[in-house]
Amino acid sequence: MRQADFRAALLDPSRPHPPGLTDPQGRPAGRRFNVYRNNVTVSLVEALKTAFPVLRKLVGEEFFAAMALEHVRAHPPRSPLLMLYGTDMPDFLARFPPVSHLPYLPDIARLELALRESYHAADATPVAPDRLAAIPPQDLANIRLRLAPALRLVRSDWPIHAIWVANMKEAPPPRTVTAQDILILRPEFDPEPHLLPQGAAPFIAALAEGKTIGTALDAAGDFDLNATFALLVSGGAIIDIATETSA
Amino acid sequence: MSNSIKTLAVAGSLAAALSAHGATPAAAQEAKEKCYGVALAGQNDCAAGPGTTCAGTSKVDYQGNAWKLVPAGTCTTMELPDGRTGSLEPLDRDLPRG
Repeated sequence: MRQADFRAALLDPSRPHPPGLTDPQGRPAGRRFNVYRNNVTVSLVEALKTAFPVLRKLVGEEFFAAMALEHVRAHPPRSPLLMLYGTDMPDFLARFPPVSHLPYLPDIARLELALRESYHAADATPVAPDRLAAIPPQDLANIRLRLAPALRLVRSDWPIHAIWVANMKEAPPPRTVTAQDILILRPEFDPEPHLLPQGAAPFIAALAEGKTIGTALDAAGDFDLNATFALLVSGGAIIDIATETSA
Repeated sequence: MSNSIKTLAVAGSLAAALSAHGATPAAAQEAKEKCYGVALAGQNDCAAGPGTTCAGTSKVDYQGNAWKLVPAGTCTTMELPDGRTGSLEPLDRDLPRG
């Protein structure tokens, strides 16, 4: 018996039991394999339920359970780290005909994945405020800001922040369809999704790529600088400062 | 916008963000730290997602490798029965028998 056969039979109940499985009396152990097959599948479905609470609320428990089963069979884990299982969910949803009338679901899945990545990202200490305050204004354009490993940017054409808040904090659902970008920050141990000012996402993305503040500003159009910096500072997102020469 | 005007805008925004941050030390007051060895059995904190769901899984009181979020600065000074203290690192004491 090869491991590949065992694995394929594990996730596909239409396949025969892998050959060579026997119980202590030497009899074929197909029913025992069924128990194992069932437990593996159920545990993976449970992992997806834990991972995507908002998706679950949006489509309902029963639908989600059935959909998760399809997902598990189509996209079994590729890593032993179950804590990050589900990275294929956005693509899966985008191609799953029964939810084609809910085009915002893939972005909600991306948001929930990003929240989990943020949770598991390395801790970092925010830069001391007086170091930020001490930068001479004329040097600011050439400064690079190192951002916290737990920071995540999720951009969407849909009101994903309003949808998330409506489902996780019991606020009313969004009435209008507006594009919303989210900045996930984790000043301590729990990631929090913040609504980014409109137009600020290209600025944040450029900063995260290690661009200077000047270059990042050129990458973005007009946006609310005050609100954006307030978010970065209060969320402990800036962990180091590098000037052009030392970078 | 010219670059110098943009830079001035950044300087203003940064200053505003820093002064707002300094004026509300709420973040500092509410700071939490992971404190090992202080949670009662089944009362430990954890929200790490699937496969690592360990909230409420500690087996014994004051289990040394289970943590709870407590206000920053209070972990190691917490008074616990029989001379135990909390710790910012996992402890070898009070582990469930394997």
